[in-house]
Amino acid sequence: MLMHVKKQVKQLQRKSFNDQYHFIMKNDNWPLWEVFTQKRSGLPFEHAGNVHAPDKELALMNARDVYSRRNEATCIWVVPSDAITSSTPEDMGPFFEPSNDKIYRHPNFYKTPGATFE
Amino acid sequence: MNEQELEKKFQERIDKGESIEAKDWMPERYRKQLIRMMGQHAHSEVVGMLPEGNWITRAPSLRRKCVLLAKVQDEAGHGLYIYSGTETLGISREQMVEELLAGKAKYSSIFNYPTLSWADIGAIGWLVDGAAIVNQTVLAKGSYGPYARAMVRICKEENFHHKQGYEILATLMKGTAEQRAMAQDSINRWWWPALMMFGPSDKDSPNSAELLRWRVKRYSNDELRQRFIDRTVPQAQNIGLTLPDPELKWNEERQHFDFGTINWEEFYQVINGNGICNKDRLKARRKAHEEGAWVREAANAYARKKAGETIAA
Repeated sequence: MLMHVKKQVKQLQRKSFNDQYHFIMKNDNWPLWEVFTQKRSGLPFEHAGNVHAPDKELALMNARDVYSRRNEATCIWVVPSDAITSSTPEDMGPFFEPSNDKIYRHPNFYKTPGATFE
Repeated sequence: MNEQELEKKFQERIDKGESIEAKDWMPERYRKQLIRMMGQHAHSEVVGMLPEGNWITRAPSLRRKCVLLAKVQDEAGHGLYIYSGTETLGISREQMVEELLAGKAKYSSIFNYPTLSWADIGAIGWLVDGAAIVNQTVLAKGSYGPYARAMVRICKEENFHHKQGYEILATLMKGTAEQRAMAQDSINRWWWPALMMFGPSDKDSPNSAELLRWRVKRYSNDELRQRFIDRTVPQAQNIGLTLPDPELKWNEERQHFDFGTINWEEFYQVINGNGICNKDRLKARRKAHEEGAWVREAANAYARKKAGETIAA
């Protein structure tokens, strides 16, 4: 009996919290954007992390505030996280297999007696 | 593969020093422990803005005010890095924020102490951020990739926090008798709570062994506490501050400082909600969240409007 009452009280408390803070659910469910930063012009873009934002403009501003407070970037890309397709860890073996057996793609595969290559 | 084989393979990867990434297989308990630890860590960064925010309007000079603003902004950023890392484990940021606002989530007990004087801003930077650096430098080599990477970024930024705090105290210690007393009073209040930041002694820390085996932690709470004490004592002596522990003494044999007994009763009281500022901190977080609601609403409305324009065009 006591357990039952306790459970009810808990549910009520929970409900009251949700009523009071319903805006949390309503407003904070912003999409995720992956952030890529370029340190200096000429360098490749690197994944820095991600941000939540309602649209691409705010995503860019949030990315600047979160990932470049100390001149870490001269250019930023933001990409909707769900637009990214990734290989999976299970793929690790077979997916990359085609490159494993082609050692002739590396220069040290070749014998070049006497000659110097810079 | 069955569960046992997967766990064996997982442990082998950890032992080899490999990083575990979000989509890799991991034991459910590893995931749970990380969500707990990282969530608490993120909340600590966010709540940690409050005691310092208290002094932004009263900073003694424009230089100090700029620095404090930048530091508090960094803490917000640190919270975001860690929330983002935690989300990779399958919990949403809104759920974590909800738990914090509901008073169900824990955060570092240190932030439930009040900032009574300007010197406290120095003490927080020097001691609290100093302790955080000792912790986080180690966490930066932990096994979970997203957490470790967040720590690398944070450690880089935390160094300025640490030094600006020390500078505040060093300046006060060169000032009037009243200013020196203010600095000393502040250290008297913050020293022991800073030592508690490393958590209970290992014999009272039930999760330690498992977390060490998984390389989520790499050193025990006591080892890290000792490391912090050893590097902090000379810094205190350097500017003439006295640490409030009569038992604090260099031990030639151990090559470490010996120190007195920590009041763990106080630690558990604060953790369980009975610290000086627990209620105020939650109230301030809720208020900030409520008063920011219109900004989030406006951003949503703007995003909807822009999306509508794109479709119309």
